Amino acid sequence: MEIKLNLNGRAITAQADPDTLLLDFVRAQGCVSVKRGCDTANCGLCTVLLDGVPVLSCSVLAARADGHSVQTLEGLQSEAEEFVTFIADQGADQCGFCNPGFVMNTIALLRENPDPTDEEIRAYLAGNLCRCSGYDGQLRGIRAYLNSKKEQGGARDGAEK
Amino acid sequence: MEQKNKVVGRPVRKKDAMRLLLGKPAYLEDVTPSDCLVVKVLRSPHAHAVIREINTTVAGKVPGVVGIYTWQDVPQKRYAQAGQTYPEPSPYDRLILDRRVRFVGDAVAIVAAENEKAADKALKLIKVQYDVQPAVLDFHTAKDNPVLVHPEEDWKACCPVGADNTRNLCACGSESDGDVDSVLADCDMVVEHTYHTKAFQQAMMETFRTYTELDPYGRLHVISSTQIVFHVRRILSHALDIPVSRIHVEKPRIGGGFGAKQTVVAEVYPAFVTLKTGRPARMIYTRRECQIAGSPRHEMEIHVRVGASKEGRIRAMDVYTLSNTGAYGEHGPTTVGLSGHKSIPLYTGGLEAFRFAYDVVYTNQQAAGAYRGYGATQGIFAVESAVNELADKLGIDPVQLRLRNMVREGQVMPAYYNEKTLACALDRCMLRCADLFDWEHRRTPRVQPDGKIRAAGVAMAMQGSGISGVDVGSATIKLDDQGCYSLTIGAADMGTGCDTILAQMAAECMDCSVDDVAVFGADTDASPYDSGSYASSTTYVTGKAVEKACAELKTKICSLAAEMLGCEASDLEFAGREVRRLDGGGAVSLADIATRSMCGTAPAMQATCSHSSPTSPPPFMVGMAEIELDPETGSVRPLEFVAVVDCGTPINPNLARIQTEGGLVQGIGMTLYENVTTNALGQIAENSFMQYKLPTRQDMGTLHVEFEPSYEPTGPFGAKSIGEIVINTPSPAIAHAIHSATGVWHRELPITPEKVLLGLHHKQQD
Amino acid sequence: MLTIREYVRPQTLEEAYTLCQKKSSVVLGGMLWLRMQNSQVGTAIDLCELGLNHIEETPDDYVIGAMVSLRQLEQHPGLAALTQGAMAEAVKHIVGVQFRNLATVGGSLYGRFGFSDVLTLFLALDARVELYHAGMMSLADFIGMPRQQRDILVRVYLPRAPRRVVYLSQRNSATDFPTLTCAIARQNGQTCCVIGARPMRAMAFDDEKGLLAAGVNETSAAAFAKDLAARVPLGSNLRAGEEYRRLVCEALVRRGLVQMEGC
Repeated sequence: MEIKLNLNGRAITAQADPDTLLLDFVRAQGCVSVKRGCDTANCGLCTVLLDGVPVLSCSVLAARADGHSVQTLEGLQSEAEEFVTFIADQGADQCGFCNPGFVMNTIALLRENPDPTDEEIRAYLAGNLCRCSGYDGQLRGIRAYLNSKKEQGGARDGAEK
Repeated sequence: MEQKNKVVGRPVRKKDAMRLLLGKPAYLEDVTPSDCLVVKVLRSPHAHAVIREINTTVAGKVPGVVGIYTWQDVPQKRYAQAGQTYPEPSPYDRLILDRRVRFVGDAVAIVAAENEKAADKALKLIKVQYDVQPAVLDFHTAKDNPVLVHPEEDWKACCPVGADNTRNLCACGSESDGDVDSVLADCDMVVEHTYHTKAFQQAMMETFRTYTELDPYGRLHVISSTQIVFHVRRILSHALDIPVSRIHVEKPRIGGGFGAKQTVVAEVYPAFVTLKTGRPARMIYTRRECQIAGSPRHEMEIHVRVGASKEGRIRAMDVYTLSNTGAYGEHGPTTVGLSGHKSIPLYTGGLEAFRFAYDVVYTNQQAAGAYRGYGATQGIFAVESAVNELADKLGIDPVQLRLRNMVREGQVMPAYYNEKTLACALDRCMLRCADLFDWEHRRTPRVQPDGKIRAAGVAMAMQGSGISGVDVGSATIKLDDQGCYSLTIGAADMGTGCDTILAQMAAECMDCSVDDVAVFGADTDASPYDSGSYASSTTYVTGKAVEKACAELKTKICSLAAEMLGCEASDLEFAGREVRRLDGGGAVSLADIATRSMCGTAPAMQATCSHSSPTSPPPFMVGMAEIELDPETGSVRPLEFVAVVDCGTPINPNLARIQTEGGLVQGIGMTLYENVTTNALGQIAENSFMQYKLPTRQDMGTLHVEFEPSYEPTGPFGAKSIGEIVINTPSPAIAHAIHSATGVWHRELPITPEKVLLGLHHKQQD
Repeated sequence: MLTIREYVRPQTLEEAYTLCQKKSSVVLGGMLWLRMQNSQVGTAIDLCELGLNHIEETPDDYVIGAMVSLRQLEQHPGLAALTQGAMAEAVKHIVGVQFRNLATVGGSLYGRFGFSDVLTLFLALDARVELYHAGMMSLADFIGMPRQQRDILVRVYLPRAPRRVVYLSQRNSATDFPTLTCAIARQNGQTCCVIGARPMRAMAFDDEKGLLAAGVNETSAAAFAKDLAARVPLGSNLRAGEEYRRLVCEALVRRGLVQMEGC
């Protein structure tokens, strides 16, 4: 069947089977940041934004995304770049395989809640597994990023909005 | 001894960090062509069976299916899949496909197809008739069981490890020092218990995967997510019965390993398909395959007897380990050793006698392999728990008991190959940890207003740094145009950051910045031989090779500079960006030396050095856990884990810290959440992340990690290892805390809420 | 592996209903459980264009479309007020935000899963379901019907009549399936206690013996919890055994009652 959707701001028309998963669809479109980690909707590695909402692309049919907007980390490079330097500064990237899903969901978190507590961060990201870092380095990185945003002051935040 | 370092000891960002964090293509599935053959394996539904007949006719007719291979198609030469130095201690007990299948998930047939759907369809259509055999599922009854897991005559052990396939023995042995029985008989207090740990999964986020093709020379080009490129090459040569010269193995970025990828789990299947078809092929393990046919930790049952005087002098220790290697012997003979060698020596202090004995048995279960800690984790859970039980019985603070008995710097450890600790800050780790944690106050359990109980526990650990006298680390460093360097290694960065750590060492040696050192590896065609990244060897062993190679390159650079400056090399000083005369009479820049080396001159500005260490200096650490236990539901919530680590010199404190934190959370996982249960048919229930529960960030509390450096004279810049030791303390420390809260010792992992609550309930009923 | 021959987005419920009469048809919920099944689906029916992803208010009810996600339930201020936070408590432990953005109310209830937090709470809230063909019925009646019915769950109705509500669950780890769920609602002096993840599907219990008739306090809560725990049919699965569940059941019910009365 023919799938038409907006992928990272670009209109895409492509053929897919009715049972093609969005995960495989976007990878075939070159968005290889999206990873498969588990097959059971438990790991969060395949997180993409569907109409701006973080979802597990392993559990969405490409057909379901027809007519909708899908964003992967490939499309959010500039939004991610400043933030991820703080993760890099902790060394918390480690093997990196879970990073895109973690970064995508953190972006979703911060859009929804720009000033989360540690507990809110842990709760929002609970569905993003990481086997290397032990999570605390990721938390320190997010916290350092938020602190640096605060230090930069509210003037720019206002201008951005 | 300690020197002022510019780059070593700094929290340098990982060289690949930004690209990985931004999701750039880096891993096997991202960088290999997708239009290759899809390789899948049909897996046995039986724990033990002999294949009577396989009919592939119908399956072979599925459009898109290119080949289906069975035991009749593969080389009949047994080999070992364990990534170890040749000759491997692991027995040669594998065929790529065998007529006898030995666990639920064992390979029955290989399917190669143009696409995944065709491969899946073919898997369903292969008709197999099995003669189901009785299975050995209980590892207690495996030794000398009439049912043999490996009755075949061509089974072979290459090393004298006490293996005997006619007794289901993968290895056995014992060692001792002093008369342990008589010292124990003379002790005021003897604690004797049995501890049980399961076949926990590494659960690296990227499953096993390999891509293979024939290169323009007709060689087998293997790209694999592996920690051990050179061992993969040799093992494929054995399995496929082709010469090593026909195989080229490289690794891309690896999505985690933790030892899982120290075994050749996936490689043989696509490699075999490519040889058969001449076509590129790729196999990507599903998570389910990883869980049922991977290479998990060896399940062990460890019997400990520890004896002490009433004043708290630990006088004797007797450890017997029964290890379950599963259907194949990968890492079986070696993991078991660490259960004694990395636990008993912690108490070298006043130990008068010890004995360590073991049996490693074959069963009809998933074959075990290498997992961070490699047997030490199991042994330390047992011995550290037993010491905590001893402290409890003696009424002595377990921290004090340890301070009285622990190994100290300068001591010879009879239970650790008589190695002497040249660098040991274990005592300082204990004192610092007790201080940071406020052990004095927090060790007493406190009931909260809501009825929950806060309680604390302690444990210490050691590991090794590489395999003494066996591991080989190597590095090639080359001076490039403009005065920068290429560092080529055979060790594998699996996310640990070793590429960056080794570059830091090179930059320190060459007095340049980390950015001036490009790192490449690992590739059997390009890298100098390295046994690979395992056994906590890369920083310590390969790091030393980097140091040596840099020294040699500096000498070469100076001799070329001497030629350019018209003086003797001994008149010169290497000063990073330039080489200058000591008398101030001129200098030549590194860039000019590089340029000169590429025009009309003979000596290569390149040095390759190898290193192997006759010793394996242990890193040490202390961990303290605080938990909150709900006595009405059995829930155990980790609140805080404080760890103080002696890894010698931390080369990169950030990366050492993250290694520690990651290891602690894995340790917490195996203690509380990760379970492995096998039913009467030998099927594993926890065959997905839905059932095998890795700790999430809501399950681990907060972590506090500090380093208590020592200086290991045989290591690069005083470094020892960090990679494995960090998983060892959570299980005994948390089990200790649970006892503090409930008065019940739990001697089997994981300690689930059900075990906690029923333990408490039954204690109250008694 | 799940295979699907045809994917359809019906434009009317009638169309969806007609399509789902075929045995090989499946109505898609969040796809989370379906996708893990090894089944061959003929027609996958996606209700996404039928406007069922909203929570609406009528004078008597919150009307929740079948395609409303668990995350919508979690974040809805009206449902939070109605349940005194129990709605969020019931769903926030389910895997993760991305999962809850996909999982639907319709899928959760239609599946009648034993482990369902949503089913446990909705039973305590006297929910009614609207089926396209069979019409309105109580959720309790619906889950008693055979699963093979080929009908479409369209909406769920939660009465807005005020009641005290509390939700508690026990899990082996933060986002795992529950080993026991407990929802308690009290209205006009009547208490309804629902126990789920037994591990069989949730069951509702009333205070038949009137143990709470004189009011809820520590003593009456303990007596009710003890009595209930003794009679709830419980079983064992991979995560916990019956004996454990019984002990936890008593603890959760007592705590739930005390917590409910304290709020």
